[in-house]
Amino acid sequence: MATPVPVGANLVIEATDFPQLLAAVDRLGYQMVGPTLRDGHLIYGDLTGVADLPAGWTDEQEAGAFRLKRRDDQALFGYGVGQQSWKQFLFPPHHLLWRAARRGDDFQMIPPAEAVPRYAFIGVRSCDLHAMAVQDRVFLQGRHVDPVYQVRREQAFILAVNCGGQGCGTCFCVSMGTGPRATFGFDLALTEVLPEGKHYFLVEVGTDRGAGVLQAVPQRAAGAAEIAAAASVVAATAANLGRQLDTQGVKELLYRSYEHPRWDEVAARCLNCGNCTWVCPTCFCHTIEDVTDLTGMVAERWRRQDVCFTVDYSYLHGGSIRPSPRSRYRQWLTHKLATWFDQFGCSGCVGCGRCITWCPVGIDITEEIRAIRETEASLKETEHGDL
Amino acid sequence: MIENNPDPMLPEIFEVKRLQRETADTFTLELTRPGGAAEFSFAPGQFNMLYAFGRGEAPISISGAPARSDTLVHTVRNVGNVTRAICKSRPGAKLGVRGPFGAPWPVAEMAGQDVVIVAGGLGLAPLRPAIYHFLEHRADYGNFELIYGARTPADLLYRRELERWRGRFDFRVHATVDTAGADWRGGVGVVTTVIPRARFDPANTIALVCGPQLMMRYTVMELLGRGLTPAQIYVSMERHMKCGLGLCGHCQWGPFFVCKDGPVFRYDTVKDWFERREV
Ligand SMILES: Cc1cc2nc3c(=O)[nH]c(=O)nc-3n(C[C@H](O)[C@H](O)[C@H](O)COP(=O)(O)OP(=O)(O)OC[C@H]3O[C@@H](n4cnc5c(N)ncnc54)[C@H](O)[C@@H]3O)c2cc1C
Ligand code: SF4
Ligand code: FES
Repeated sequence: MATPVPVGANLVIEATDFPQLLAAVDRLGYQMVGPTLRDGHLIYGDLTGVADLPAGWTDEQEAGAFRLKRRDDQALFGYGVGQQSWKQFLFPPHHLLWRAARRGDDFQMIPPAEAVPRYAFIGVRSCDLHAMAVQDRVFLQGRHVDPVYQVRREQAFILAVNCGGQGCGTCFCVSMGTGPRATFGFDLALTEVLPEGKHYFLVEVGTDRGAGVLQAVPQRAAGAAEIAAAASVVAATAANLGRQLDTQGVKELLYRSYEHPRWDEVAARCLNCGNCTWVCPTCFCHTIEDVTDLTGMVAERWRRQDVCFTVDYSYLHGGSIRPSPRSRYRQWLTHKLATWFDQFGCSGCVGCGRCITWCPVGIDITEEIRAIRETEASLKETEHGDL
Repeated sequence: MIENNPDPMLPEIFEVKRLQRETADTFTLELTRPGGAAEFSFAPGQFNMLYAFGRGEAPISISGAPARSDTLVHTVRNVGNVTRAICKSRPGAKLGVRGPFGAPWPVAEMAGQDVVIVAGGLGLAPLRPAIYHFLEHRADYGNFELIYGARTPADLLYRRELERWRGRFDFRVHATVDTAGADWRGGVGVVTTVIPRARFDPANTIALVCGPQLMMRYTVMELLGRGLTPAQIYVSMERHMKCGLGLCGHCQWGPFFVCKDGPVFRYDTVKDWFERREV
């Protein structure tokens, strides 16, 4: 056990030894966060150990519906993604950027002196690894780097989990090329395998840091049969996804479709609540709030997550750039699947399905794209723009 | 400035040196770094985020001369919460500054060509640094026309400077207003009515346009009608802005972030978006 395992190695950890893996991560001083049940909801919260994971639970997801159910085994990761994503840790939804203190006509900046949490993310799915890579492009790879995101991201330890065929009713990661198997961006990646009577994890080592954690955990080299069994778990998931999205030329399709009547049709159903963007793991929009305390002597600047569905979002000249609900839904969908490519060189959608599950009226991004695509031919003669 | 200020959300404190009334609701402010520290360099057309203590922040174009980098000049119209606080600051008061941000007017690439500037209202402010540049390097440019429109004579910015410019023989200034009393010597009518009279060689001209969106739309149409191609026209766009960094999302305009891809755009690159509504 003393020789370090190489990056890329496949190991087996028995489920009975799995608590030691989390204990080893914990000992490194990380703040462990991962899936846990709170008040009957599947959330990402603080974990003290394996006991906090939703063992034996799974979920059913459909457009506008999420339901937790019991499994007939004790799988630790036998569910999909819930309403929350890891972005709440890397891009805190409400964050104090600085304070300033006034003295007469003068004032002085007081940069924040906070301790930045060092997170270990337990149970990150492949779609969410891709979502982090997308937010890396936004917050780290543009002209300006966001320091709040940067430190949290650079410090985070990532324990990924390959999806095991549960809770994939609204996912379409295969269409987006983002899953269900984790291929990058993790320290360790697990596949949970539960054939008759057995329960073990196939572990792929992604970094030396991940290998270091394994030093203290009972494990053995994986055999060919175990590797194959894990691969078939992921393959079964891939074959069972509830949604598909045809990405062929989707950017051009949307650029051609600014005046498509489907926008009116979906706007009639859309509540403009913004749920889809709150739950989206790549949406990065935020607003800035400048406030003072009651004495007026101390000012604060807060950053707060914001969504493009409000009228205020694009406020200008006493009005909004996008006053109609139609134009705001169009902004969201077109941003995810079209303008994002021009802005960041990738898709803004990773196919996690959260926007479908958590839409109160069950609007389905895959269905909207299908409808626009299918009716496009019959609308050829209308006044479409030609970009 | 960004280099010695690693947190791009942290304003740097500047002192208001002078405040000059331009119109009933618009003031030009001169700011300096307290202690007269290093210079502030920027390119014509760029903007800063100006912060009034506790009130908030607003994107404001830099309206001073690029060569005079010891003072930072802004022209601000009092329209609301933040701009009111800025316009009310007295000499000695402090404001926060983040910037400079955004893509500038292509003044260097324009060398050797005729210059046409069309400004509406406050749109003259972000163009003034470009005008200073052209005047300072006058020999590098061909014919030079400024067409400036405002609602009334009292709404014209930089009145004294306009008069001085009008006196130059190498620079034609057309000031026009929507309505005026009998004592107004300039033109009456919207800026587009002046464009047919502007002197330039369409094959060798760059036009810079800034003003309300509708004014820009008609101006562009008129310039195209005079034989310019879309690639010879630059427009400066306005959007709601919160960060200036390309991070907050608010200034999105189709595939563009106006704060970092703009505010100055070459018209041919944005033509299709310019014509779309509610983008
Ligand atoms: C790139 C860029 C450069 C700019 N340069 C300048 C400049 O050089 N000088 C300058 O004075 N302003 C400039 N502006 C506009 C300025 O940023 C806004 O007027 C300002 O943000 C308004 O903030 P506020 O808090 O004072 O008003 P708010 O309290 O937010 O708004 C109050 C009232 O102001 C009006 N208002 C809000 N935004 C605008 C707007 N953009 N234009 C006109 N009216 C508005 C609304 O109708 C509302 O009734 C620029 C904007 C951009 C995007
Ligand atoms: S979809 Fe809307 S909220 Fe999400 S990143 Fe785009 S503009 Fe922002
Ligand atoms: S102003 Fe924030 S992204 Fe442009």
